[in-house]
Amino acid sequence: MIIEMKEVVCRFGSLTALDHVSLTVEKGEVVCVIGPSGSGKSTLLRCLNALEDIQEGSIEIEGLRIDRQHKDIHKIRLEVGMVFQQFNLFPHLNVLANVNLAQMVVRGRSREEATRISTELLGKVGLIDKIESFPNQLSGGQKQRVAIARALAMNPKVMLFDEATSALDPEMIGEVLEVMKQLAHEGMTMLVVTHEIGFAREVAHRILFIEDGKIVESGPPQELLSSPKNQRTREFLAKVL
Amino acid sequence: MTMTWLVDQISIVSKVFYYLIQTVHWTILISVLAYAIALLFGLVFGILRLSLNRPVRWLAGAYVNVIRGVPLLVLIFFIYFGLGKIVNLDRFVAGVLAVGICYGAYLAEIFRSGIQAIDYGQHEAAMSLGMTRWQTLRHIILPQSVRIVVPPAANEFIACLKDSSLVSIIGLRELTRAGREYSSQYFLDFHTWLAVGIIYLILTLSMTRLVRVIERRFAVHGYGAEKK
Repeated sequence: MIIEMKEVVCRFGSLTALDHVSLTVEKGEVVCVIGPSGSGKSTLLRCLNALEDIQEGSIEIEGLRIDRQHKDIHKIRLEVGMVFQQFNLFPHLNVLANVNLAQMVVRGRSREEATRISTELLGKVGLIDKIESFPNQLSGGQKQRVAIARALAMNPKVMLFDEATSALDPEMIGEVLEVMKQLAHEGMTMLVVTHEIGFAREVAHRILFIEDGKIVESGPPQELLSSPKNQRTREFLAKVL
Repeated sequence: MTMTWLVDQISIVSKVFYYLIQTVHWTILISVLAYAIALLFGLVFGILRLSLNRPVRWLAGAYVNVIRGVPLLVLIFFIYFGLGKIVNLDRFVAGVLAVGICYGAYLAEIFRSGIQAIDYGQHEAAMSLGMTRWQTLRHIILPQSVRIVVPPAANEFIACLKDSSLVSIIGLRELTRAGREYSSQYFLDFHTWLAVGIIYLILTLSMTRLVRVIERRFAVHGYGAEKK
């Protein structure tokens, strides 16, 4: 397995964002995480990248353990790519430099090698003609596709998507989801926090429904979406479907 | 007002100017060197104030608060006369050091706030790509902070230029010192100090111009500063 979370507790002051959450994700698995806002979906993802500290439990990614001292944290983050709701592109760098930078600084690749990889990935997400553009010259959908390319350039074993389409105008959601689908078909291990139930139904191998920091229910899409066992899941789905 | 009176006045003022202008390079040299020291101190201590290490953070905070809380004049006396008792300090070195250390404290605050002004999402994106804190600072945060920091930091240079007049007190013969000499020698206080003031004004106004050029140069693409 690629991800193993055991009894993870994450608190912000008096708020318990994750309450004894256990989860394993296998290689090549696509797991979609749904749930009401404030339920802990994003926190779950952010813990996997050590962007949030956990107070109890353990997290292992590819056999590397995220410990309290954050000893191997850079090694772990190399295995985990993350895509944010707000894109977080580097505004002072053009598209190519955005994708190149960490490859050169962290992976130690030469500029030529990084550029070759970036160009290939930017081609894959359909942005080869935007290589010289700056983030502010791109649409939301284009920004998010750059962000995906930037994360992929580090050759992560897992990709985390934190509401990657939530900040997009409706007409741009499709182009980003398309890239994500393609990635899933290529066998990438993905953890996707999303409000796009349609996407989850089509792409996910498993859906988790989270509420109040707990995994309330999990199962294959057709099962969880069509015949949810839990009352809370049913209520939530009734609202969003 | 007769014609001769006017001619006299002009000739007096131009004499004063001629006398003073020969020391203006000292004022420029002192402020530029002091500001260079201030930039270095400011950057280092501004970054250290955000260190994860508590004692380091505390030390940097102490530098800022102590220096900011002490009048520059006192600092000049302390370094030249006080430290001068222990190590032999040239008055030029002492003066430059005092002004530099003083302005370093102000610049440290400017750099710190410039770093903190950058959206935290930028840190998270950099960290999620495996970058260390230092790499994030160097490649992501500082390049974006520069743009925020340039206007207030340039302001400090103008203040620094003016405050360099304080080192006249320890006998450094810069613009203000020269003004004192001239006025006490010829009892032309009005003309002298008017001329001194005008020279400072010319220096600061040309700085303001220069700053605008620098601001454009450092405009971060995408923040609109470069577009009209």
